[in-house]
Amino acid sequence: MPESLAITKISDLANPTRFLGLAARILPWMAGITAILFAIGLYLTFSSEGDYQQGMTVRIMYVHVPAAWLSMMCYSVMAMSAIGTLVWRHPLADVSHKTAAPLGAAFTLIALATGSLWGKPMWGTWWVWDARLTSVFVLFLMYLGLIALNRAMDDPGKAARVSAVLILVGFVNIPIIKFSVDWWNTLHQPASVIRLDGPTIDKEFLWPLLIMAVAFTLLFFTLHIAAMRNEIWRRRVSAQRRMAARMAGHAPVKTSAKEA
Amino acid sequence: MSHTFYISASYAVAALVTLCLIFWVWLDGRARQKELAELEASGIRRRSARPAPTDGAAS
Repeated sequence: MPESLAITKISDLANPTRFLGLAARILPWMAGITAILFAIGLYLTFSSEGDYQQGMTVRIMYVHVPAAWLSMMCYSVMAMSAIGTLVWRHPLADVSHKTAAPLGAAFTLIALATGSLWGKPMWGTWWVWDARLTSVFVLFLMYLGLIALNRAMDDPGKAARVSAVLILVGFVNIPIIKFSVDWWNTLHQPASVIRLDGPTIDKEFLWPLLIMAVAFTLLFFTLHIAAMRNEIWRRRVSAQRRMAARMAGHAPVKTSAKEA
Repeated sequence: MSHTFYISASYAVAALVTLCLIFWVWLDGRARQKELAELEASGIRRRSARPAPTDGAAS
């Protein structure tokens, strides 16, 4: 049947050994395209004119906004992987959400730090506990909590299931972050790119921003695939060491008999 | 502080965190590859990576 064939094909692709082969083939290409996009994006960023109100500080937007988007996208990828862990119990889904957490934490840290550095000259303050900033800070803490949880448990399968539940519960924060600027009165400005009535940002700023966003997104997926590959290798090393320890436990019989 | 300071600091933070992330993933990958190579050199392989037993060897 076509449906079962499609599921079988997806399942085959999600096989860890097949994933390693695919990662080896696509990672150099992804890294190369990411570097080219960053070069184009940074060139456009630094050759663009300043904003009539913000002046050159508008350039902070080209790193702040993609990092902020990625902080939410990474968590969404983790939520999808968490469903894979809980519904299909697929080991590659466990590996996916475990390895995405440090990446998400890093991009959220960039968003928070650059937001603060943008806020000081524009708002006159480094930080304010408004709904957008607070909900992103909570997201950062959730990433740190998930990293700690994964490292605290020895059994990767159990850690994955507990993390998956926590990720899905924490997913409620993503729409709160997105719509916080509409639901509450915040110092942070409302959305100006992803809007139902289209972007309100000038095209001169929009193109460099979109190219930087694509570059950051590709960087995330490149690092995520590489980190997943590393985690698969780490699990293979542990499994092989356990196997070697078991074999060593059975082996010394000959030596002790000789000694006796 | 001038606006140039805030712009430079933002790009410096973004570059530093991104480069740390790239190096961490790269170094982790190298370390795991080295461990796997060491295990293989000492004759420890995954069951699926071992050569299939021949008919003669099985008996």
